[in-house]
Amino acid sequence: MTLRTEPVVVNVGPHHPSTHGVFRMKLTFDGENIIDAEPVIGYLHRGTEKLAEERQYTQVITLTDRLDYVSSMTNNQAYVLSCERLVGIEPPARGKYLRVIAAELQRVASHLIGVGFFLQELGVFGGTALMYAFRERERILDMFEMLCGARITLSYMRIGGVLQDAPEEFWPSLRSFLDDMPGYADEMQALVFESEIVRARAIGVAPVSAEDAVAASFTGPILRASGVAWDWRKAAPYDVYDQVEFEVPTCEGGDNYDRFWVRMQEVRQSLRIIEQCCAQIEPGPVRATMAMLFRPPPGEAYVPIEAPKGELGFYLVSDGSIAPYRCHVRSPSFMSLTLFREMLVGWKLADAIVTLGSLDFNMGEVDR
Amino acid sequence: MGETLADNVIYRNVYAFVEGALGPDWAWAAYAAGGLAIILLVANGVMAIGTGYTWFERRLLGRFQGRLGPNRAGPFGLFQPIADAIKLISKEDIIALGADKVVFTLAPVVMLAPTILVLAVIPFGSGSWLADLNVAALYIAAVSGIATIAVMMAGYASPNSFSLFGSMRAVAMLVSYEVPLVMALLGVTILAQSMSLVDIVEAQALPFLIVTPLGALVFLAAVSAELNRAPFDVTEAESELVAGYMTEYSGMKYGVFMLAEFTNTVVAGAIFAALFLQGWKWAVLPSHLWFLIKVGGFVFVAVWVRATLPRFRLDQILSAAWKYLFPLSLLNAMLLAAEVIIWPERGAAELGIMAAVNWAVSVPAALLWSRAVSLRSAPPTLAALSPRAFSGAAGRARQAPGGEAAPDSAARSAGTEGG
Amino acid sequence: MYGAGILRGLGVTLRNLARRPFTIQYPEERVPQHPRFRGQEFTWYEQRCTGCASCAKYCPLGIIRIVTDPDGGNEQDGGSYKVDVFDIDQARCMYCGLCVEACPYDALHMGSGFEAATLRREDLVINVDMLKAREKRPSTWFRPQLERAKADPHHGDPVEWREAGREPFPWHPKRPAQTPEEMDHRASADGSYRSER
Ligand code: SF4
Ligand code: SF4
Repeated sequence: MTLRTEPVVVNVGPHHPSTHGVFRMKLTFDGENIIDAEPVIGYLHRGTEKLAEERQYTQVITLTDRLDYVSSMTNNQAYVLSCERLVGIEPPARGKYLRVIAAELQRVASHLIGVGFFLQELGVFGGTALMYAFRERERILDMFEMLCGARITLSYMRIGGVLQDAPEEFWPSLRSFLDDMPGYADEMQALVFESEIVRARAIGVAPVSAEDAVAASFTGPILRASGVAWDWRKAAPYDVYDQVEFEVPTCEGGDNYDRFWVRMQEVRQSLRIIEQCCAQIEPGPVRATMAMLFRPPPGEAYVPIEAPKGELGFYLVSDGSIAPYRCHVRSPSFMSLTLFREMLVGWKLADAIVTLGSLDFNMGEVDR
Repeated sequence: MGETLADNVIYRNVYAFVEGALGPDWAWAAYAAGGLAIILLVANGVMAIGTGYTWFERRLLGRFQGRLGPNRAGPFGLFQPIADAIKLISKEDIIALGADKVVFTLAPVVMLAPTILVLAVIPFGSGSWLADLNVAALYIAAVSGIATIAVMMAGYASPNSFSLFGSMRAVAMLVSYEVPLVMALLGVTILAQSMSLVDIVEAQALPFLIVTPLGALVFLAAVSAELNRAPFDVTEAESELVAGYMTEYSGMKYGVFMLAEFTNTVVAGAIFAALFLQGWKWAVLPSHLWFLIKVGGFVFVAVWVRATLPRFRLDQILSAAWKYLFPLSLLNAMLLAAEVIIWPERGAAELGIMAAVNWAVSVPAALLWSRAVSLRSAPPTLAALSPRAFSGAAGRARQAPGGEAAPDSAARSAGTEGG
Repeated sequence: MYGAGILRGLGVTLRNLARRPFTIQYPEERVPQHPRFRGQEFTWYEQRCTGCASCAKYCPLGIIRIVTDPDGGNEQDGGSYKVDVFDIDQARCMYCGLCVEACPYDALHMGSGFEAATLRREDLVINVDMLKAREKRPSTWFRPQLERAKADPHHGDPVEWREAGREPFPWHPKRPAQTPEEMDHRASADGSYRSER
């Protein structure tokens, strides 16, 4: 006897504990198995690109803070790099080093949150690792507060450098953070990655092959998890990434476990980069120009950077006025959702939640 | 054996009072009144402990996560449960449109019933029990099964897919875990040669936790599944199902669900203490207090596990029940049966020898068996069913180093009851 | 060994049980703030403000409203406008600080508070009288001179308008190395205020 069953369509989101903001998944279930999946986005659309066209170049920096609000610093960096190419100025060395230190701190913070959510989505109540991640991130935010007076919406970078030099007390607290962090990273790794339950839940789930990942425009950790060692910091070094040594961690499987594993390893590489920057940085000016108003010559510029979530770039077109004629954001989070359906179909609801978390997208950046 | 029911102070006084008021012809009424008085005391006492336990769990979980937990209401937040209760009672009692009203309302009550019923047979201290039932172990297994019905009712009555998912998961899981639970109880019963919890406690010259580690492991796993506790809490799975079968509940109905759940944990701790930790025995402290400490140890471990372990997926839970826990519990029961025949007199020395044998057999058995049973995920087999063409992007499974991607199709098909 | 990872994880959580909680019990304790924290309650020195409205112009949201009045007719030689209206709509402010960065005379500074909740949105608009009456505790954000003077909006003393000035900035070639007295373009020779007429 065969039972006649009907597929059930369930709207997971836009208000759901695990959809990372207002994201809606239209999942069709056969029992617990997903047989169709459709992402519905746009609930957080704020028209950032259009708003940028009506603001001066410097004012747009405040908009970039609000794209991927978990890593404002790299958003600032991507934007000012594009602006600098458009305007044609070069920041002084100390400014570049400060930018890299800030951006790598931001990468650590972002990846900590990402890895912390792994355990939360696998079902630890309150995400114990997430709370530990917040504890470490808090120290990074304290340092950001010293740099630029804000913790989340930073607006630290300026066209031609950074806003202001780091205060004296920044360096000791950075030092103690660099000393403590490897130990915490080990702890995190023991808690999250070694548990047999996590391994059983995540290894082999929703794998993406290298070809598929490249074809789907994946960038960042989710591309490297599939085995493609592609990193803009190596491929086209910006700021001072050509002065520092680091590795690009990759994995083979491209499954949920690997995607988080790559992030965990990148945290360690980021710490390495910050160490080297601290050793190399020298006193000097941090900002090439104090100007706030720019009239770049007509033209266009696009400088991709390696944001924590992947390739982030601002494509700016200038018509010679004080505001961009067009500002397009190439956001990694949006591209991460291209294989959404292919990754989810065939797996179970519980896997879908973890897969979604492993993409580590941010709705502020997807919807813009 | 300590005092019996007839020696109990409350019972005696109530009995004497009612009999004195109504005359000796009404002895049955006096008996009922005395019994009721004690039932009221025990049921409310344990529920109060369960309520207080919510504070304990939240505080402890907070400390595990580097937080403080509830600390606003009263000293150390001790009045938090009271504040919660006031809030829940004063909330509007919402019954969702399209819900089956009768079933929807009944479900929390049915959920709470087994919790209270189980209390009847638990020996809280030397001489403190409501009924020394000679089939107590069986009674516990039978009564705790009622909770399944309550979860099913809640999920069925709520017009919500998440509730339905939660209740379907619960039924699949709870039905599976009844088997290892009963098998674990069987092991203890064989060892004590009795189903009465009092006799089982008396038989523990050594704690059965030491004598039969495998039985304790299986019991722990099964009981966490029955209680929807980590790592088997797929029924509520707040990161997936919002709140599972409770999604549509609010106000005191939700409160009763939570009360049942938290009290259940305490009650499970009591059962575990009686079955495996010598109950009230080995007392350097007053036996009731000693019992409470053992229960406290159990709930501490429960919270600790909840703070650390992620949950299994449903199919992995079912695989674990049928492929791992069930064979191990069978092995355990047979081992114990053989040993009971070899050593008919079981003092501390004999139990010690049995413990050594059991540890020697069960640790390798558990480890070997865990190698044979893989919970790893297989690539999806449902791709062909997909209404749209499947690109095959997810089709290439990774061969994990050391672990083989064994397709567990039995568990896979067990998860298809949602239609 | 199977289960070893689980045990290690349990060990990690147990270790963290022994650590002190890292959360802050907010109304009783506060996170220590850096003097650079940019927050609510703008600090504005009327003595320094020329009414140039650069701040209003550079605010990305356009929430600063300034109405000025010619002030005695000597604007050509360094006088200033009289500021009649200086409204900052804090309800929409995102504390980005661009207005402060844009102010050429260090008249406007960020504040350091974060608790300006009100029951009505209108109450969030800061007007010129409130700005004048406020205790002057500027954040040291983008004000290196305050940082050098170890000003601290939380623990330090209020900063007088004379101390809030900065060193000559590169974009001010016409005003090299001014003393605070020279910076006070409103002060007459005898030190009295013209704006107090
Ligand atoms: S802080 Fe930013 S948003 Fe607020 S008034 Fe100043 S420029 Fe405008
Ligand atoms: S506060 Fe500064 S920028 Fe604004 S009007 Fe006054 S002087 Fe000009």
